[in-house]
Amino acid sequence: MTLLEGLTPVAPTGLFTVAWLMIAIPLLSAGLLLVLGKMTNSFGHYVATLAPIASFAIAAVLFADLLGRPEAQRTVDASLYTWVKTGSWTIDVGFLIDPLSILFALLITGVGSLIHVYSIGYMAHDPGRRRFFAYLNLFIAAMLTLVLADNYAVLFVGWEGVGLASYLLISFWQHKPTAATAGKKAFVVNRVGDLGLTMAIFTMLAMFGSSSFTAVNEGAQHLTPTWATLLGLLLLLGACGKSAQVPLQSWLLDAMEGPTPVSALIHAATMVTAGVYLVVRSHAVYAETPAASLAVAIVGTVTLLAGAWIGTSKDDIKKVLAGSTMSQIGYMMLAAGIGPVAYPFAIFHLLTHGFFKANMFLGAGSVMHGMHDDVNMRHYGALAKPMKITYYTFLMGYLAIIGTPFFSGFYSKDSIIEAAWEKQPVLGALALIAAGITAFYMTRLMIMTFWSRERWQEGVHPHESPAVMWVPLVLLAIPSVVAGMVMNSWIGGWLAPAVGGEVPEHASWVPTITPVGLVTLAVVIAGVAVSYLVFGRKAIPAEVPYTRNILTIAGRHDLYGDAFNEAVFMAPGQALTKAVVAIDEGVVDGAVRGSGTLTVGLGAGLRTLQNGYVRSYGLTMIVGVIIVGLALVIGRLV
Amino acid sequence: MLLTILALVPFVGGLVVWFLRGATSRYVGIGVALATFALSVVVAAQHLGGANLSEHHLWIKAFGAYYALGLDGMGLLMVLLTTVLVPVVLLAEPADETGRWGAHVKVALVLILESLSLYVFLATDVLLFYLFFEATLIPMYFLIAGWGGAKRAKAAVKFLLFSLAGGLVMLFSVIGVGVSYASQGAPSYLLEDLAKLNVTPSVEMLLFIGFFVAFAVKAPMVPVHTWLPDTAEQATPGTSTLLVGILDKIGTFGMIRFCLGLFPDASRLATPVIVVLALISILYGALAAIGQKNLLRLVAFTSVSHFGFMVLGIFALTTQSISGSIFYMLNHGFSTAALFLVVGYLAKRRGSVQISDFGGVFGKAPVLAGLLLLGGLASLSLPGMGSFVGEFLVLAGTWSRYPVIAAIAATGMVLAALYILIMYQRTMTGPVTEQTEKHITTDASWLERLAVAPVIVLLLLTGFFPKPVLDQTDQTAKQTMTTMNISDPVPAAGKEGK
Repeated sequence: MTLLEGLTPVAPTGLFTVAWLMIAIPLLSAGLLLVLGKMTNSFGHYVATLAPIASFAIAAVLFADLLGRPEAQRTVDASLYTWVKTGSWTIDVGFLIDPLSILFALLITGVGSLIHVYSIGYMAHDPGRRRFFAYLNLFIAAMLTLVLADNYAVLFVGWEGVGLASYLLISFWQHKPTAATAGKKAFVVNRVGDLGLTMAIFTMLAMFGSSSFTAVNEGAQHLTPTWATLLGLLLLLGACGKSAQVPLQSWLLDAMEGPTPVSALIHAATMVTAGVYLVVRSHAVYAETPAASLAVAIVGTVTLLAGAWIGTSKDDIKKVLAGSTMSQIGYMMLAAGIGPVAYPFAIFHLLTHGFFKANMFLGAGSVMHGMHDDVNMRHYGALAKPMKITYYTFLMGYLAIIGTPFFSGFYSKDSIIEAAWEKQPVLGALALIAAGITAFYMTRLMIMTFWSRERWQEGVHPHESPAVMWVPLVLLAIPSVVAGMVMNSWIGGWLAPAVGGEVPEHASWVPTITPVGLVTLAVVIAGVAVSYLVFGRKAIPAEVPYTRNILTIAGRHDLYGDAFNEAVFMAPGQALTKAVVAIDEGVVDGAVRGSGTLTVGLGAGLRTLQNGYVRSYGLTMIVGVIIVGLALVIGRLV
Repeated sequence: MLLTILALVPFVGGLVVWFLRGATSRYVGIGVALATFALSVVVAAQHLGGANLSEHHLWIKAFGAYYALGLDGMGLLMVLLTTVLVPVVLLAEPADETGRWGAHVKVALVLILESLSLYVFLATDVLLFYLFFEATLIPMYFLIAGWGGAKRAKAAVKFLLFSLAGGLVMLFSVIGVGVSYASQGAPSYLLEDLAKLNVTPSVEMLLFIGFFVAFAVKAPMVPVHTWLPDTAEQATPGTSTLLVGILDKIGTFGMIRFCLGLFPDASRLATPVIVVLALISILYGALAAIGQKNLLRLVAFTSVSHFGFMVLGIFALTTQSISGSIFYMLNHGFSTAALFLVVGYLAKRRGSVQISDFGGVFGKAPVLAGLLLLGGLASLSLPGMGSFVGEFLVLAGTWSRYPVIAAIAATGMVLAALYILIMYQRTMTGPVTEQTEKHITTDASWLERLAVAPVIVLLLLTGFFPKPVLDQTDQTAKQTMTTMNISDPVPAAGKEGK
């Protein structure tokens, strides 16, 4: 029964009553920078950087407070005001601070603050710097709304808010048509996913008369199996859009058009993990529907393979990392699909991934900074020497993502693979193989970028980035190494009540040696070795080599996701649009005009009596009204 | 008396402006519009304070026609929408001396139109409503015919013919209800009396159809929408704002007040057909909008889609969907105003509204681009904007009764993202084109920003704090549900098992 107790929210006290400030501060900052405009050009970025730091401070105090509370008191619901009230529905703007949401708040504001600081250096010479920081703040506010909301409707406000921020930031350099197109694509594909989430909310309102987490948690058990499955699948559709899971994955690779700090914050560490959050938060619904849970696990597995595959064949360093992000979120989704035992692992991996992936994306930005914004790894090589800090911090991220023992990713990813192996052996085996592919493509990235011989373009003189950029790298490298050790023994118990999970029996920083764990390690070592054998022993060509390898060709084309969308959705859609326009102008208007010919004929007759038909209609109108008016007046007299 | 004063102030002001010339006419016009707005705030405060403002005078005894005015939640919101949009339009559009008549005539016509529209929303007598419903056509016709594109005269005629045809059909029904009621006792055109009308189902259906056809032309529903794109293309953006923002709302307003209010049984019977028609409007309008090459026509087609949502909400017959629909009526006025006016700013600079004539405007005029994007985001119902609350409630309410219909209608959300963002990308983003470099030399002026600021602020306010407005929409929605003797679907899986 402790589970239910843990879910029953308690009233807010102290700082919890003003938890909304976490959202309001960055929102206000964004508004000021956008409305005041050029006036804030000189100092706006400093204001904007302080905003997430302030939110982080609040989140940290709240976290410390929760840590000190008994388990049953750790769910605090701070309702702010009634947002929508119509008929029997009442939707409050309210915030739920519980073990799950506070971890997200810390991740978003913590990593977010570091990325703001980094951006001061990265965007120093960009004419749109103020706008950039305003959008970043807007993102922080929306993302916090998403994770702190105590009901699905307000969650959706944050959900679409981060979609907007993502759109604005991907197409930040809007003068580049590719950037403008990528932003639009991200928004539209996300809206397809949003259809799922909105319909899920409609279902909740129709079924429970409420969209609050409490009501849904309580009501889910009364759902018929069909509705439970439908609800689970609708939520999954939403999650697929935001988290770039197959089949809605195609936007994420294009999203790399945005400035690199954006890729690190939004398209790696935080926003793209919102789908995982949504599924875990909806654990009560998935508890009722094994079918939808299995669908979540399958989507995760397909995506973790697809992302890894894409990662093996890209030469653009950001696209390798993007494929890798897809893949790692696939792991989280797989965990979320396995069910209560693995929910904490999904969040665990989400956090460690947030650290090491943000670290590597910012590292990639640092590399680009030193390489005239070139993203092609074929033009890199031997950067370990001129960019020592970037290299060593990146190396920590690399060791973490491939699952080197005692590094953060090792704990979180191995937990997922083991849980999957136990519950869904086929999916577990695929996840295990993908761990080897991850080691393969990440080693390739390291070889092409930091090791091997230099292949720098003419006039490029790589150099280390300024302190404002490398300090965040160091601060992210530390948790990339230690977060796993620190959290492994703790996170399961911490999250269990909030996600309806089970408290794991044994967990400490000392890894338990299991057969699956040993096999995983062997596969990872094999991945590294193969990668070295293929890429490390001979010179990397500076041009894209010709290949007949179908796997590589497919990977280079993002597994033909765009071609699929083009053929299945866009081409028919465009044809339909053209048809509607043609029908509207030809048939519908024509038919209505045809039936109006009689009237027009009458009009033509009148026209001959008047000089100018504009006047004739006006006069007719006035005369008509006067006649009607007279008739009425006469009517009164009668 | 307060309601009569409210409705007459812009009329008298319009007559005064008619005799003024030059800049004075514009300033006086704006002053009158602002005074009317202030008066409407007083009216709102009194009404919300519980005062009974209704007026009641016998006018034509033989017909039972009354000069009767009154307010309910929906009426109040429509009055406020009108009094907000008129000063916004007058501020946004500079004195226009390129028209058929002097600029002062345009200001006068706008004010007269405001007066007549206010009467439409205030009238609680069906005959009085009908007279003003038709009377609004006069100033609107001259506004379209007088100022705007080269083919405006033709567009004005098209607008007039459609409206007159719809009005004529309604006239039969207006006469019909009056005669039917008189045959049961003392004649009366008062809404409250006519609500007690007792006729055979087939007669009720005929009367219902008469009203509905007129309102469907007004709230441009496919297939009787074709006058709107042509009109919006030729009229000035300000005129289009008034037309789509205010006058077209008479259609959905009338559906709730007259179709549902007077003919509940016929409305219920017609629901399946109308819900499908609304669905067609949503998708057809959105698809047509995606395919437009002209900015003004594009905005017009987005409205066809949006009106589809409103009609869907009305005939889904739940408290939430009707309430959402009224909320949508209000916010659609704001979002469409933002879009039309910013397109107007662009047209003034470029001398064209063809999408292909723009490109890279952001590079030259970021504020103009930002305003267009804000209007667009409101149009695609982004959460945080009031338009989201309306669309969400319409769809959520419809879902509780017709999940499949609501699911198909919801795809309109994706189409909306397409028509807005494709348009924005083509016109505002990319490298600055040669034509943009030459024509878009100035960003939005302070006056231009000031004119659209109110609608954007209102969109955000109603998006974040919709409750005060929802209290009003709910009042009308609940009353309508009571009149129709229908209750909301009960949540299927309750909380009983706690």
